[in-house]
Amino acid sequence: MSEDASAIAAAVRSGEASASEVLERHLSAIEQHDGELHAFLTVLADSAREEAREIDRRVAAGEDPGPLAGVPVALKDNLCTRGVPTTCASRILEGWCPPYDATVVRRLRAAGAVVVGKTNLDEFAMGSSTENSAFGPTRNPHDPGRVPGGSSGGSAAAVAAGLVPVALGSDTGGSIRQPAALCGVVGMKPTYGTVSRYGLVAFASSLDQIGPFASSVADAVALFEAIGGHDPCDSTSLERPASMSLGRLGDGVVGLRVGVVAELLDGVDPAVAKRVREAAEVLAAAGASVEECSIPEVAYALPAYYLLAPAEASSNLARYDGVRYGLRVDASSAEAMNGATRAKGFGPEVKRRIMLGTYALSAGYYDAYYGQAQKVRTLIIEAFKRAYENADVLLGATTPTTAFEIGSKVDDPLAMYLSDVCTVPSNLSGDPAITVPFGTDDLGLPVGVQVLAPALQETTMFQAATVVEDAAPPVPTPRIGADATDGGERAAGGERAAGGRGR
Amino acid sequence: MAGDEDISGAGARLTREDAAYVARLARIDLTDEELDLYAGQLAAVLEHAAQVAALATAGVEPPAHPLPLRNVLRDDEVRPSLDREEVLGQAPAVEDGRFSVPPILGEVP
Amino acid sequence: MSTEGWEIVIGLEVHCELQTATKLFCGCRNAFGDEPNTNICPVCLGLPGSLPVLNVKAVEIAMSIGTALNCEVRPSLFHRKNYFYPDMPKDYQVSQYDEPINVQGWLELPEGERVGIERAHMEEDTGKTSHIGGGGRIHDADHALVDYNRAGVPLVEIVSAPDMRSAAQARRYVEELRAILVAVGASDGRMEEGSLRVDANVSVRRAGTYELGTRCEIKNLNSLRSLGRAIEHEADRQVSLLESGERVLQQTRHWDEESARTVALRSKEEAFDYRYFPEPDLVPLAPDPGWQAEVAARIPAMPAERRKKLVDLLGVGAPNDAQADQISTVVTLGLDRLVVAATGAGVEIGLALARSANEAAADPERAREVDPSAYAALLRMEQDGKLSATQAKAVLADLLQNGGHPADIARRKGFEALGADTVAAAVAQVIAAHPAEWERFRQGEDKLQGLFTGEVMKATKGKADGKVVAAELRRLRA
Repeated sequence: MSEDASAIAAAVRSGEASASEVLERHLSAIEQHDGELHAFLTVLADSAREEAREIDRRVAAGEDPGPLAGVPVALKDNLCTRGVPTTCASRILEGWCPPYDATVVRRLRAAGAVVVGKTNLDEFAMGSSTENSAFGPTRNPHDPGRVPGGSSGGSAAAVAAGLVPVALGSDTGGSIRQPAALCGVVGMKPTYGTVSRYGLVAFASSLDQIGPFASSVADAVALFEAIGGHDPCDSTSLERPASMSLGRLGDGVVGLRVGVVAELLDGVDPAVAKRVREAAEVLAAAGASVEECSIPEVAYALPAYYLLAPAEASSNLARYDGVRYGLRVDASSAEAMNGATRAKGFGPEVKRRIMLGTYALSAGYYDAYYGQAQKVRTLIIEAFKRAYENADVLLGATTPTTAFEIGSKVDDPLAMYLSDVCTVPSNLSGDPAITVPFGTDDLGLPVGVQVLAPALQETTMFQAATVVEDAAPPVPTPRIGADATDGGERAAGGERAAGGRGR
Repeated sequence: MAGDEDISGAGARLTREDAAYVARLARIDLTDEELDLYAGQLAAVLEHAAQVAALATAGVEPPAHPLPLRNVLRDDEVRPSLDREEVLGQAPAVEDGRFSVPPILGEVP
Repeated sequence: MSTEGWEIVIGLEVHCELQTATKLFCGCRNAFGDEPNTNICPVCLGLPGSLPVLNVKAVEIAMSIGTALNCEVRPSLFHRKNYFYPDMPKDYQVSQYDEPINVQGWLELPEGERVGIERAHMEEDTGKTSHIGGGGRIHDADHALVDYNRAGVPLVEIVSAPDMRSAAQARRYVEELRAILVAVGASDGRMEEGSLRVDANVSVRRAGTYELGTRCEIKNLNSLRSLGRAIEHEADRQVSLLESGERVLQQTRHWDEESARTVALRSKEEAFDYRYFPEPDLVPLAPDPGWQAEVAARIPAMPAERRKKLVDLLGVGAPNDAQADQISTVVTLGLDRLVVAATGAGVEIGLALARSANEAAADPERAREVDPSAYAALLRMEQDGKLSATQAKAVLADLLQNGGHPADIARRKGFEALGADTVAAAVAQVIAAHPAEWERFRQGEDKLQGLFTGEVMKATKGKADGKVVAAELRRLRA
């Protein structure tokens, strides 16, 4: 059960709470529960304590400690942190310490957040279950026999289990939203370009985005505000859109046009579909005008994604060759060293995707595979634009199922890939999307509902998400995790103050 | 490998030789067992991915970029470089301030 | 080996390192000769998570090159060219593929022929590999060491059409292209330092036919001389093969200076699959007409124009070989503005060319810095007889070293031209000292003029004007 990041920051800024104490609580929760959960690959207790002390010093000296002062944050281990191992959950980068910080890491620190550790992921962010980590899977806090989702499973689980209030992940085909849904937390993929990718180890450059995990929409927004904005180090970075101030979250949805996308319910588990429809009703009751809509091109998003993403990945991962950093398997020639290093250092899923991507780009196949997928991408972008002529936001499932059992899909890559069917369209379009926990299935496993919006319309998206969140049935206390301070389920919507969680 | 062609059903034709060629291009040493396994798995994924062929795309331009940005440039101004020791400290093998590698057999492709 | 009956077809690919302060995609210093791996950062080292940001100066230089080569400057994309080699930090090179910035231009050679330019695109340079052990021969090396200082340095690759027909013409193309690149400020033109690299594509065909033969790419040409020799050798080799009924394999060949031959590296029959795709970390480049016009306006006069101006000043229609040589030297070294300044001050063009192509050209760097009006004044002094040729050359050397004004320098050196009487007296003295030689000279041994002139110069400590001495000798001889 997570503490509220906004509340922590407010308390630390006002001197009511000390960043060091807040940190100790979380470090001890990590110590207590992460052995079983395995959300973390590296815990940075010493440096975090230093950072927390510095925050406390600033507060005491009357200096502004930043909008996220004292908030403990976990970072997916594909975000570069200077002098601290950044493994991407791969043997090929085991022990590698980058000589620089990712832009988002610098911005988080500048905002006063305290970096507590690096979280587990599917190797190089390729996967939907965190089972592809070279260092063992992370467990779903709601059921340790099940996956937390992926690829940002560690960050999702850490927040769901209350080990940290917020975390960062990356989303290329759904890698924030899918684990967020499976773990019962909020997860968001921003508009492509609104958060700098400098320092995010690349998987698929035109699809990757960094985004927040949190236990509330408001906290997700606070994190997004702290890390977003133009970065001169990233050529694909956009100017910050009109500020999404927390004050506007409570604006409501009267008159908002909501489209429930048939293709984002197609083939989805009945228990999940049911929750999506309930969320639609919540929006209607709050004054939105809700209609069914159809975007047929969405059905082609997954096949296009599984050509485009591996293609870019095959190029992005070529640099892991044993020459400059990371693992090296000695051999009699540089060429042999290269092949042997990659054979030993990469896990099967990474190898599969590199092979797939290499094939899709190869001479004779480029036009039919990569070229065609790019054109399909254009059609999808245009299809969403058309859909948004009649809707302000779209609604759908985040995942086709709830959390599946560990080991149940590892031998069937295609089955695993199908977990991304509801999330991938937004990566192709570049538009923002957020998942909000909304009840459970019959096994008590969390269900996430997805709100999508046009590019740079995060404000509208957050407003709709807040309404959904406020009416959401309570998410059960996870089986692994910090005990809730109020000892039970989350406060139901009506008891919460607008824009935050009253406790 | 074959030339440009209709890809529906192409996945099913992915042989171990095709997989071996791709693995060489991707510079990953694979055993025969792995090649067979990947050839089969890749074939399945490619069949699924080949669905993209079904959408009519005549006259459609690939998105040059998901963003409408053009001409993102920076000034020609020197910025600090990395500390050589910090970088070389992470290298597998170093000699004389340079990265050392086993002998390079081939020429630049 | 004769290539008679055959036509040699040559296309050249020239890689030019751009003279920017920083690299193409990052702010690391673009410098030659620094300590290894001291100009590196996450971007040019290709560290995980790094991203490229394009250098505006590199783009402007690329546009200048395109404009100077009469290309169409157009919207362009960057592509990734994927392959492994230890000097490649990302194991792909960011380059331009089917949408390059400059296309379809041409370059005019001094003799007036045009060579087509197919494209001039931007790309990043690789690091440098040194092969250690095995006597420096790549194939016997024990290991290799890599320095990434050069990785990411901006390059423009200029690809000519296969329009050249001889090694000599290919050399002239490179010389002219180099002059253009230096004039535009793109390059320092130093082939020996590797800031200008040339690869040659050579094929042959029977004279009078039009189909292109199979071509080979020749690499490792480190000088103009190597370029010329390699092309001739390669043409011979191909003709030899074809005349004995064999075929030429499409290959990349390495020029071996020591053994003076090309050696096959690999067969391009199975072309490497680079899997080009558009670089997703960069956005398209589309210089607007205003920017293009600004860049074009800043381009100085090109060598062809500058040569033409001197030819016009000569006023003879077509210059003879010696004059053409002087003009070429002077323009290549950037000394033509000195000639123009001098002629503007009334100096006769022949003298202006001679002094510039010889004495000034001996120290071109300083000559380029010299104040053109001081230079012009100096040549006027010589022309007007106030200084002898020898004195003028001495003043010029001083002017180049230390600047200043020629009149002051001459005064300081104690140069005044000797009066005609003094010269006549000196000549008379020398003749008196060499009666036998004087008689032979009078009988027609013209080459003895040098002896008398030399002796007069010695006697007058170089202050006599050679022309005056010659006139006096002529007068006395008659």
